[in-house]
Amino acid sequence: MADETTANPWDTGDGSMPEYDRFNVVNKSPRRVDALKLALGKGTFTDDEVPAGMLHVKMLWSPHAHARIVSIDTSEAEKMPGVQCILHCNNVSRVPHTTAGQGFPEPSPWDALCFDDKVRFVGDRVCAVAAETEADALRAIATIKVEYEVLPAILTVEDAVAPGAVQIHEHPEPTGISKPEQNLACTLDASVGDVEAGFAASDLVIERTYRIGYAQQSPIEPHIAITWLDEDDRLTVRVATQVPFHSRRILAQVLEIPVARIRVIKPRIGGGFGVKQEVLVEDVPALVTLRTGRPARWCLTREEELVSARTRHPSKLTMKAGVMKDGTLQALSMEVLGNSGAYGAHALTVVSCTGGKALPLYKAPNYRFDARVAYTNLPVGGAFRGYGAPQGFYGVEILMDEIAHELGIDPIALREKNMIGSGDDNPLAVALGEGGEGFPQRIRSCGLPECITIGREAIGWERRGSFDKTGTKRRGIGMVALMQGSGIPGVDMASAFLKLNDDGSLNLLVGATDIGTGSDTILSQIAAEELGVQLEDIIIYSADTDLTPFDTGAYASSTTYISGQSVKKAAAGVKRQIIAAAAEIWKCEADELVAADKAVRHPDGRALSYGDICRSTLYHHNQHQIMDHASHMSYECPPPFAAHFCEVEVDVETGEIKVLDYVAAVDCGVAIHPTAAEGQTEGGVQMGLGYALTERYCFDEKGAMQNASFADYKIFSALDMPDMKAVLVPTYEPTGPFGAKSVSEIPINGPAPLLSNAIFDAIGVRFREAPITPEMIWRALRERG
Amino acid sequence: MIQFEATVNGRPVRWDIPAGEFLTETLRSHGLIGTKRGCESGDCGACAVLLDGVEVNSCVLLAAQASGHDIVTIEGIGDARAPHPIQEAFVDAGAVQCGFCTPGMVVATHALLADNAAPTRDDARHALAGHLCRCTGYVKCLDAVELAAERTAAAKGGA
Ligand code: FES
Ligand code: FES
Repeated sequence: MADETTANPWDTGDGSMPEYDRFNVVNKSPRRVDALKLALGKGTFTDDEVPAGMLHVKMLWSPHAHARIVSIDTSEAEKMPGVQCILHCNNVSRVPHTTAGQGFPEPSPWDALCFDDKVRFVGDRVCAVAAETEADALRAIATIKVEYEVLPAILTVEDAVAPGAVQIHEHPEPTGISKPEQNLACTLDASVGDVEAGFAASDLVIERTYRIGYAQQSPIEPHIAITWLDEDDRLTVRVATQVPFHSRRILAQVLEIPVARIRVIKPRIGGGFGVKQEVLVEDVPALVTLRTGRPARWCLTREEELVSARTRHPSKLTMKAGVMKDGTLQALSMEVLGNSGAYGAHALTVVSCTGGKALPLYKAPNYRFDARVAYTNLPVGGAFRGYGAPQGFYGVEILMDEIAHELGIDPIALREKNMIGSGDDNPLAVALGEGGEGFPQRIRSCGLPECITIGREAIGWERRGSFDKTGTKRRGIGMVALMQGSGIPGVDMASAFLKLNDDGSLNLLVGATDIGTGSDTILSQIAAEELGVQLEDIIIYSADTDLTPFDTGAYASSTTYISGQSVKKAAAGVKRQIIAAAAEIWKCEADELVAADKAVRHPDGRALSYGDICRSTLYHHNQHQIMDHASHMSYECPPPFAAHFCEVEVDVETGEIKVLDYVAAVDCGVAIHPTAAEGQTEGGVQMGLGYALTERYCFDEKGAMQNASFADYKIFSALDMPDMKAVLVPTYEPTGPFGAKSVSEIPINGPAPLLSNAIFDAIGVRFREAPITPEMIWRALRERG
Repeated sequence: MIQFEATVNGRPVRWDIPAGEFLTETLRSHGLIGTKRGCESGDCGACAVLLDGVEVNSCVLLAAQASGHDIVTIEGIGDARAPHPIQEAFVDAGAVQCGFCTPGMVVATHALLADNAAPTRDDARHALAGHLCRCTGYVKCLDAVELAAERTAAAKGGA
């Protein structure tokens, strides 16, 4: 096995960028390894290959927000044409588990069953039918008679935690729920210093409440799983997942069969953004396959995806800060009341990131974080890009603006005075890790000051305050500063396997899950750079629980930083073996030799290509396969940093908001693939703008979502998207592969608070609730008169 | 079952299909899996194909309505041996992330460039407006449309 990564010759020791031209493959933007086949329509997604004789699953969903199932009558459905299998609470065993798709043991409560005799939101599972066609299944579902005992529905977090509220999870089986009798999925607090003393010593104490609502990840490919039994009678599951290994483990748990009997294959994935971390659609077709022996497919419709998959936890944040007149922060506190919906997936870890990722951006001697996440009878929260941090930054970054306004200080100056920087310790890292206590974190690379400088210039910050405030269209400029993490320290682990082929090409097998992020390309670049070969020489395969080594999966911004390092280690090991083989052939010392450009060179000018060396070791000389594998886990979690700026125009007659210009400057360390890093930033901003302005869940009085379609749940289209610039600010992260940190999640933290700040600058009205709609603006302006 | 007769990617086909089937399903069940399903309600553009040269969302078009017409899917625009310049442009511009929306966007760009060889950025925005992409923020997709137009113009100029 490869040992620890050798010292990086690129490390400048102070987080600054080394010379670019030392890199051959990384920090360049070659064509992505998978792009052409996708543009040709050839990428094989889950639904693009169907086994013969496959059954189709459809679900009968709960029409009630909260009810007990008294009886289910499927007698008519059983006789319907094409029907092969019907599943519900009376014929599927009760195995409490979590669908969260996390490492083991999961930090989320085991509060879910495949089918329960209770429904907890409109869109909860009641009964599944598998039939020869989807139409057959739907016709059968229409005949199923369910008798419900309707219970009072809890539709707000305030009602959920009010004394005497009806209990949503009252069954005895679930474990890990913090306070089921109070409808609390989890509670968490952490503190550093003494905030009360900090407030007392401050010149200004400011307290504000912010609310941010539901949003859905909305990958264009919905959830889908196809299952079958292979010729050895093993269950094979091809599924749109971010976590093939967790999926296998959780499936084994709920199906009560050994892990060894399950193979999970991740094909191409059409976007995930967290929602495909959830193990949501594998169990039902798997049960059908196990019972009928036939392949089965379950694909959610867009409506089902919006209602019954997972969402971003809505949150209410009460922020309080104590500051001196000059802007120095004395104390910062955040109180969160989160809404987990009907189940507690990710409740604890998401909310811990709400505080843990956002609060430490500003240094204060005293912090307090207090969080409760409640169950309600509404759609279920889950993992969603940013993972709690967007809610946290919504509070922190609007609050910073409000403080600056109160003190009459420039918002940038206030941030610069307090923000964390290179060499600082993250003040909350130990008190508040992910889901509990964490590991100490020192900031080794921080390009935030440069991000701010670049952003302020690109947006024209000095124009702020000079706009005409008399016309019907009012302009304003705002900014926010942001950070995130790179993987979950002490938890995320990735591994990689590499072997050398006859022509010097290499197979790279990784458990890391490319869900559209470009990780197959990035990991191949890392391998190629370390080995001294071209990108085309790497043949990557991800991910298949039978073929590739373990990886916790594509979440927590971990793939480049954690999986990348495992690839780099494995590549270093292979390179050492290549050199050793050459040394043996030449009967010389290995350390005389240099490997680069796909060949090993002797100081006397002789050279052996990697292909020559491989053929020699495979067929002639000391026969063996040159191959290596490596794993990587990190206690460090270096944050990427970013500053976002935008200019808006608000029509005071109609309330219409136009984003005229948007600049996102990001420090993600060394960008392994700069175009991909820009693409992540642009996509994250787009998603964040929807969260800020248009994406919301509208419920009727019974808790049913009213806008479950892409026509009515409005994600940004090309016409909505403003002109934007993504600027990469290079730093060098010494603990990352070739200096890299994460980039995919941080951009989504920006737009929601940024729009509040820019709109305030434009019209002088502060919105503390997102999304901000034209109607809200119109009403607020009418109220102000 | 009804009979579906059309020209698909330049080839005459005659398929027996269930009455009431939408064109996306017809195409996909005959191996043309490049046409994707993102919403099946006409809102996302993942299923776009050309019908007599006009872009349509095949998920809301009954196959019967397309019978007798000329249909071009993503597979008919270019293939691995001869990718279309639009497909190359999407790759080179970095416009392909998960790639699930890409076939639809390529089809839309094809329809745009057939009508308008030198589209402005705004023309490109309108052409892609019905194509939801959750990955890219559209910046590089618009770049791709421009790049495809430039390359096509250069190729024509050179010819
Ligand atoms: S699948 Fe046809 S428009 Fe979405
Ligand atoms: S690239 Fe993923 S939806 Fe467009």
